[in-house]
Amino acid sequence: MSRRPYTPKMTYGWWLDRPFYTRYMIRELSSAFVTAYSGLLIIGLWRLAEGEAAWNGYVSALSHPAALVFQGVALLFALYHTVTWFAVTPRTTPVIVGEDFLPPQPVIIAQYAAWIFASAVIIGAALWF
Amino acid sequence: MSNTTTVTLEVLRYDPERDQEPRFQSFEVPYDEDWVVLDALNWIKDNADSSLTYRWSCHMAVCGSCGMVVNGEEKLTCKAFLRDYLGRGPIRVEPLRNFPIERDLVVDMEGFMAKLESVKPWIIREEEKPVEDGEYIQLPKQLKRFKHHTLCINCLLCYSACPQVGLNPGFIGPAALALAHRYNLDSRDQGRHERQEVTGSADGVWECTFVSACSEVCPKHVEPGGAIQEQKIANSVDWFLDHLIPGRSNAGRTKE
Amino acid sequence: MDVLQTDVVIVGAGGAGLRAAIAVAEADPALSVTLISKVYPMRSHTVAAEGGAAGVIKENDSLENHFNDTIGGSDWLADQDAVEFFVEQAPKELTRLEHWGCPWSRDPDGRVAVRPFGGMKIERTWFAADKSGFHILHTLFQTSMKYPSIKRLDEYYTTDLLLEDGRAVGVLSHEMRSGKPVVVLGKAVILCTGGAGRVFPFTTNGAIKTGDGMAMAYRAGVPLQDMEFVQYHPTGLPGTGILISEAARGEGGILVNKDGYRYLQDYGMGPADPWPRKKAMELGPRDRLSQSFWQEQQKGRTIQSKWGDVVHLDLRHLGEKKINERLPFIRDLAKSYVGVDVVTAPIPVRPVIHYTMGGIASDITAGTPLPGLFCAGETACVSINGANRLGSNSLAELLVFGKVAGEAAARLARSVPAPSEASALAQAKAHRARAEALVDGSRGTEAVATIRRDMMATMESGCGIYRTQEGLEQTCTTLRDLRRRYRDVKISDRSWVFNTDLTQALELGAMLEIAETMALSALLRTESRGAHQRLDHPQRDDAGFLTHSMAWRQGDEPPRIDYKPVTITKSQPAARVYGGAAS
Repeated sequence: MSRRPYTPKMTYGWWLDRPFYTRYMIRELSSAFVTAYSGLLIIGLWRLAEGEAAWNGYVSALSHPAALVFQGVALLFALYHTVTWFAVTPRTTPVIVGEDFLPPQPVIIAQYAAWIFASAVIIGAALWF
Repeated sequence: MSNTTTVTLEVLRYDPERDQEPRFQSFEVPYDEDWVVLDALNWIKDNADSSLTYRWSCHMAVCGSCGMVVNGEEKLTCKAFLRDYLGRGPIRVEPLRNFPIERDLVVDMEGFMAKLESVKPWIIREEEKPVEDGEYIQLPKQLKRFKHHTLCINCLLCYSACPQVGLNPGFIGPAALALAHRYNLDSRDQGRHERQEVTGSADGVWECTFVSACSEVCPKHVEPGGAIQEQKIANSVDWFLDHLIPGRSNAGRTKE
Repeated sequence: MDVLQTDVVIVGAGGAGLRAAIAVAEADPALSVTLISKVYPMRSHTVAAEGGAAGVIKENDSLENHFNDTIGGSDWLADQDAVEFFVEQAPKELTRLEHWGCPWSRDPDGRVAVRPFGGMKIERTWFAADKSGFHILHTLFQTSMKYPSIKRLDEYYTTDLLLEDGRAVGVLSHEMRSGKPVVVLGKAVILCTGGAGRVFPFTTNGAIKTGDGMAMAYRAGVPLQDMEFVQYHPTGLPGTGILISEAARGEGGILVNKDGYRYLQDYGMGPADPWPRKKAMELGPRDRLSQSFWQEQQKGRTIQSKWGDVVHLDLRHLGEKKINERLPFIRDLAKSYVGVDVVTAPIPVRPVIHYTMGGIASDITAGTPLPGLFCAGETACVSINGANRLGSNSLAELLVFGKVAGEAAARLARSVPAPSEASALAQAKAHRARAEALVDGSRGTEAVATIRRDMMATMESGCGIYRTQEGLEQTCTTLRDLRRRYRDVKISDRSWVFNTDLTQALELGAMLEIAETMALSALLRTESRGAHQRLDHPQRDDAGFLTHSMAWRQGDEPPRIDYKPVTITKSQPAARVYGGAAS
């Protein structure tokens, strides 16, 4: 007459158990790349402030094949992060319009629209100057 | 598959008085296209092994007793049809994850009950309205704002699916936090600040990393994942406003 | 053996038990309440109620209307003092639940909405979409957590009442996860253990509805009242017996036979139009509707389906928007369990065992003939339901009489001394020895599942919608034999940890005794009234049977049945009128 509840251990590879978890972990990992790339941009600003020679050194360092590979990978992770984040945003900020919730699609579409608009402005500005 | 006559269930067994750790046992069960996994378990109990231990009652997906893991996914077994598992080998039935296993498919849910109570899931008001004065006015859209969060049947599928619950057993978890949010959003309630002492604690909403597996497995579309993110926003806004506006936090609190 | 001293013991934590616990806590926070349940409170079967709870609130309605509907619905077997009290209290209780946070559906102006229900002259059923019982239960459960004086013993199975000098002074329970027995002593005991629909094979009732409390009281010498009255709900899903709420008809759904004909007009419910119309056609009382199905079946006008004979419940004309707003659960259930989208196709339905009108003999005070013992909810027979309960009265009943029971128990607890442990412990040890013999030393040969299956089969064949002397006699004989076989019941599970084999055996013991009271009371009631229809005695017999039957336990022998007069105050028995004549 004795209870002896068995507590299963969570394995280190738990995030490989289901594709859903794996996708989540990739999203978590993507944050590291987004953060690292942000750091790279901040370093660029710092170099710019130090003068032309520093800036040119920075630009040439970015052209190194290893740096290019990093930027490519960081771009993919940033895209993954953005797309998955846009998909869940309607859950975090439900909006009631009239008597009912706004369905998720308009919220998602609005985010993409804002994204495309912001990108267009930046690219346009870069080409203009 | 119309000529299928039996299916094999691999059921997790654990008898604390005999087993050091859980094991699987296979049962051959007659196949009926209308049967759910729970019907198969009932068949085993009545015909093969009366010691098989599991919880169930309503058989209509509203009492929340029969949540288990079927072929790796959290399911209400009264709504998981055998026909949907045909042709993929044995059907594996396990107890919910992230809970101690009491016996076979029964888990210990005392921890969850304490968490549920900790979020003060009742209407908190400074002044109670006398019954003689009739009901509170609540517009349909005010009801709509929180109604989906009231639909939780406490089946615990979300706790089983949430890796954060597994990594930190103290995490208050999806269902209880969604219930806190349900009351916070109710136009009749004034207890948000009081609940924030719990939901904003180290084991509260900030322990959630928005895996959102909870919302994926929820059989009642309660959207606990969303409820937790909303609370992160609301708690943050309250924190800032409380610090910006002197006296706000006290004014917003109900009397103890 | 552990002994727990408390002020009020409540067994059963469904709607009635939770309401009673809160009533005690509110009456006197100094009183300790021990709330014992064999399942966690939110699993209790109140959770499965769908359509709503009746209470007069709108200006076009009156308490007198609700009273008259209930008395007529009961076929004049309800006690009128109790019904009068009930209809007065119901709106207050429903409002109180609103204050506690119940998400009642609303009118556009933000006031509580009501919907029509069967046998009700005016719409007065409060609802939370089509999960009213679910929301009532969860609201009560969540609210109960704010009272520190309520201590719950979840998943404790209670086997026996304990007595002292002819009073109820506690119960014997065991913690299911350890098997450990505990004696819970109190100055008052309230039973809120629900009905016993599981004595039948085809029922809306969950697995837990095995009549444990009724049997406990019965074994302690309390009579079970009006047990022959068992309600068939007219619309359950074939195969599973899943409830399709009366709200589906309240919102305008219609019932048709294989010719697409609204057959209820042939059974005193018509004319069919105009529709919807209160107290007519599909909004007739449940007993009449279930009986009409049987009649149609006899005429060969029901529909053959792979699950047997059905009729069609058609909601298509309500439109998707209304269905999603008012009946989302029905849509989900029909889609999942019979593969029908109610927006585009009719639902196959048939009558299904739903509710036990009978129960522990009780009255307007929620008291019982045993001092110290109170009861409320489906387990009690107050009786406000008489020979046929009207839909949406039971949720209101468990609130009204749950509160009455809690307050009465609190009053008693303040006026009597705590019981002594010695006598209760001696009884508990004797009771416990039987459970221990089953688990540790059982050499029985009769499987629980076999006896249970035979019991259900004989109840369905002899005690169904229409009954005969011959069928009932056969059922009584079979049940007596099953009780004998049960004495040799076999338990294979030797563990004390969460032994559901033991639980099922104990539940079966309770059900066999309850089944016997149902069958024998039905055999001796040689008239037809409400849900009790005798093919060999088709007329109501007020001279002989305007009485409550009372079943008293006689050990291993069948019960003794005697009778108690019905309390009549202002409504003299008359013909029940529905359909065109009712308007």
